[in-house]
Amino acid sequence: MTAPAATAVLAVRELDAWIGLQQILHRVSFEVPATGVTALLGRNGVGKTTTLRALLALVRRSGSVTLAGSRIDAEPTHRIVRRGIGYVPENREVFAGLTVAENLQLARRGPGGPDRDQLLTELFPDLLGRLAQPAGTLSGGQQQMVALARVLLNDNRALLVDEPTKGLAPRVVDQVADALAVAAERLPLLLVEQDLAVVGRLATRVVVLAEGRVVHTGPAADFLGDQAEVRRLLGVSGSNAGGANAGGGSDGGHR
Amino acid sequence: MSTVVLLAVTGLGLGGLYFLVASGLSLIYGVMRILNFAHGAFLTVGGYLGYEAGHRFGAQANSWPVFALMLVVGTVAGGLLAVLVELLLIRRLYEREIEQVLVTVGLGLAAVALVSGSWGSDARTFPAPRWMARTTSIFGADVPNLRFACIVAAVLVLLGLQLLLGRTRYGLIIRAGVENRSMVAALGIDVRRTFTAVFGLGGALAGLGGVLTALYNSTVSPGMGDSLLIFAFIVVVIGGLGSVTGSAVAAAGVALLQQFANYYASAGIGDLTVVAALAVVLLLRPSGFVGRQVRLA
Repeated sequence: MTAPAATAVLAVRELDAWIGLQQILHRVSFEVPATGVTALLGRNGVGKTTTLRALLALVRRSGSVTLAGSRIDAEPTHRIVRRGIGYVPENREVFAGLTVAENLQLARRGPGGPDRDQLLTELFPDLLGRLAQPAGTLSGGQQQMVALARVLLNDNRALLVDEPTKGLAPRVVDQVADALAVAAERLPLLLVEQDLAVVGRLATRVVVLAEGRVVHTGPAADFLGDQAEVRRLLGVSGSNAGGANAGGGSDGGHR
Repeated sequence: MSTVVLLAVTGLGLGGLYFLVASGLSLIYGVMRILNFAHGAFLTVGGYLGYEAGHRFGAQANSWPVFALMLVVGTVAGGLLAVLVELLLIRRLYEREIEQVLVTVGLGLAAVALVSGSWGSDARTFPAPRWMARTTSIFGADVPNLRFACIVAAVLVLLGLQLLLGRTRYGLIIRAGVENRSMVAALGIDVRRTFTAVFGLGGALAGLGGVLTALYNSTVSPGMGDSLLIFAFIVVVIGGLGSVTGSAVAAAGVALLQQFANYYASAGIGDLTVVAALAVVLLLRPSGFVGRQVRLA
C-alpha cells in the first residue's frame, strides 16, 4: 500500500518522540504523498499531535524525516519551517495580543505576491475587516482562519494541520473544511482531525496510530468504509460520527 | 509644598534608574523565561567602565563631551558583556532554565568580586558635568539637575523601546515571543537570534543605567548593581513580567512610595513598604498590573 518514495513529499522512518521522560512515539513510519490529504487518525492520546510536533522538532525525537528528498531531522524548528512546512497547531495558537495584520506580517517569510493575497481574500473575507483587531478578540473560527492564512501566504511544500475544526460550530466547521479543500488543491496536507465527516470529505489516505505506533495505513475510502475497523481503532462508528467530534474531542491535550 | 516636589522629582529620578534595569529584566524574562540575576553585574560593569573612560580625562572629566563618551562606553560595555554571556553561557543551557538561573547568580557574584578586585571595594567619586550638581528651582524646591537627567533618560528609553516594540519587525518578534516563543519558531523565525538580541538590549540598558546610577549616587561602588537589582525585580513583578509599559509605571510607583515613606515615616520604612506592596500585588494580581498569565504549556 505504501506509495513509492519518489511521489512522497514527507517520508517518516522509525520516529521516536518523548515528552519529558515519557516516550510517546515508537518507531513511527509513514509517508505523505505529494498530492492530496493524508489524515492522521487515532483515539485521544495516541500521539497524533506529538507526531506533528516531532516532525517540526518541537519535542525531543529521533528517527529520520525526509522532506522532498532531503533529511530534515537534524535541523532546528525554524529551518524546517523555512524549507517549506506550514504548521497549523492545535488550538490555533494565534498571538492574542497582536492584531490580525501583525499575526500575518509575522508569518510572512518572503514577498507574497498579489495572487496569494487574492487567495486569502477569497478564502477568508471575514478577516479583511478585522486586520486591526487583536487576534485574541476573534471567535474560535476566525482565529482558525488566521492560523490557516498564516501558512497559506507562504510558499510551502506541505502543511501540517492539527485539529482545525476542534471546538467550532458546525457552520464554521464547513467553512474551515472548504478552506482546507482549496489548500489541498495546491499542496499536500497531513491532517489530524477527529471529525470523521471532515476526514471523509478531504482525506485521500489515512495513517492510524494506537499507543504511539502506526497500526494502519491505506486509502481513506477503504478504511472509513470498514465499520468494524473504524470502531476498533478509533472507538467510534463511522456512520454516526458525522458532525460531532469523535471521542470527546476537547481533552486531546498536547499529545 | 517644596518638600513634596523635591521628594517627587527625586523619586521619579530613582524610578528612572529602576526602569532602566527593570525594562531589560522584564523583556529578557518575557522572551527567554530567564530571571537574569547577572543584570546587576551588567549595571556595575557599565558604571565602572563609564567611570574608567571619564577618569582618564582627569580635570577634563567634568565636560559634556566626556560625559557623553561615558554614557556610550557604559551602554556598549553592558550590551557587549550581555551578548557574550548569552552566546557563551546561556545559549548552551537553552531549555535548562534552573541551570540558566544558577549561571546568572554565579556571574553576578563573580562580577562583583572582579570589580572589587580591580577597583577596590570602596566607592569612588564619579565625574560629571558641573551642571548636574547644580539645582533648578521648581515650585520652590531646589532640585539637583541630575535627577531631571535620570528622568529624561528613562523617558527617552521608554519612547525608544515603544518604537522598537511597536514599529519594527524585531519588536513584533519580541512581542510574539513573549506570548508564545515555540510558535514563533514554528513560523520559521530563528528565536535564538532574538534571544541574543534581547539579552544584549537588556545589558545595554543596564550599562546605561550603571552610568546614570553612578551619576545619581555621585559614586561608583561594587555593590551598586545588586542594591538596585532587588528593587528592579520587585518593579518587574509588580509591573507584569514581559511588559515594558508596566515596568515604567511600576518603577515610578515603587520609587515614589519608597521616597515618601522614607521621608515621612522614617528612613528604611520606604524599603519595607515596597516589599509590602509587592506582597499585596502578588496576593491580588499575581501576574502583575499589565502582564499576562505566564503560560506553562
